[in-house]
Amino acid sequence: MQRLAFAFLAGGLFGAGLFVSGMTDTAKVQGWLDVFGDWDPTLAFVMGGAILPMALAWALTRGRAPLVGGSFPTRSEPRLGRNLVLGSTLFGAGWGLAGLCPGPSVASLSYGGWPHWLFFAAMLAGMFAAPRVRARLDKALPAG
Amino acid sequence: MWNAIPLDWIWGLVGGLIIGTGGAVYLLANGRIMGASGIIGGLVDGSGRGSAAERLAFLAGVVLLPILLKPLYRPFETHASTNVAVLVLAGLLVGIGTRLANGCTSGHGVCGISRLSLRGIVATVFYILAGGVTVALLRHALEVI
Repeated sequence: MQRLAFAFLAGGLFGAGLFVSGMTDTAKVQGWLDVFGDWDPTLAFVMGGAILPMALAWALTRGRAPLVGGSFPTRSEPRLGRNLVLGSTLFGAGWGLAGLCPGPSVASLSYGGWPHWLFFAAMLAGMFAAPRVRARLDKALPAG
Repeated sequence: MWNAIPLDWIWGLVGGLIIGTGGAVYLLANGRIMGASGIIGGLVDGSGRGSAAERLAFLAGVVLLPILLKPLYRPFETHASTNVAVLVLAGLLVGIGTRLANGCTSGHGVCGISRLSLRGIVATVFYILAGGVTVALLRHALEVI
């Protein structure tokens, strides 16, 4: 129960922050990516603002355990495989195309109207297909 | 000169601090990394079945808080494309790409960079480059978005 309450609180802060920061406005996101146009630096402020409390949180994990029990995520080995690079490139292309990424696409469902629902549905379909895409890639190009 | 643009930066910084506080709560209380694509993707492909309730509670918060805040806030447009092909293609790319890369702007960007994760930094460089190239090509070269 405690775990669910904290998850709801964390999600609520995430949604509130995305809303307040303007990151559910696709024009602001595309404006940040648009270095050859009328560049909008807002996203850099959002990223910088978000990284500050997170860096503090990572520092606080040292020598402690999560409040509701269990253990903190271990640092994954720095494997820079094909999936990381190819996946991030595909993601970036979609992000630039619509100005939406997974977090803001959820936060904006209540007020973005049908385009946000359509994007969200297509994103879910992509996530559903991803394990098969990954398996096919591994078969065609066994690179890890 | 003190127009709407610097105010947007301040809202961006405030919103960013709130986002990071959410990530800090998820990490310090539940021991989880706040990555939106991972939280949603685990529900979609079944890999997160064991923690489905926790994922749904998180997503409920993400949807609900903007509903509560909206009446207090200056109205704004999300300026989303109304081109069905653009929306579907973008959604598929974001869905497949983030799951292939195991993270998006929140997981690799906010949570990864803040712990100086090499994977997070490399992922962020690639998705920003790809996003920048996409906007440059489609907006300035082809003029379709």
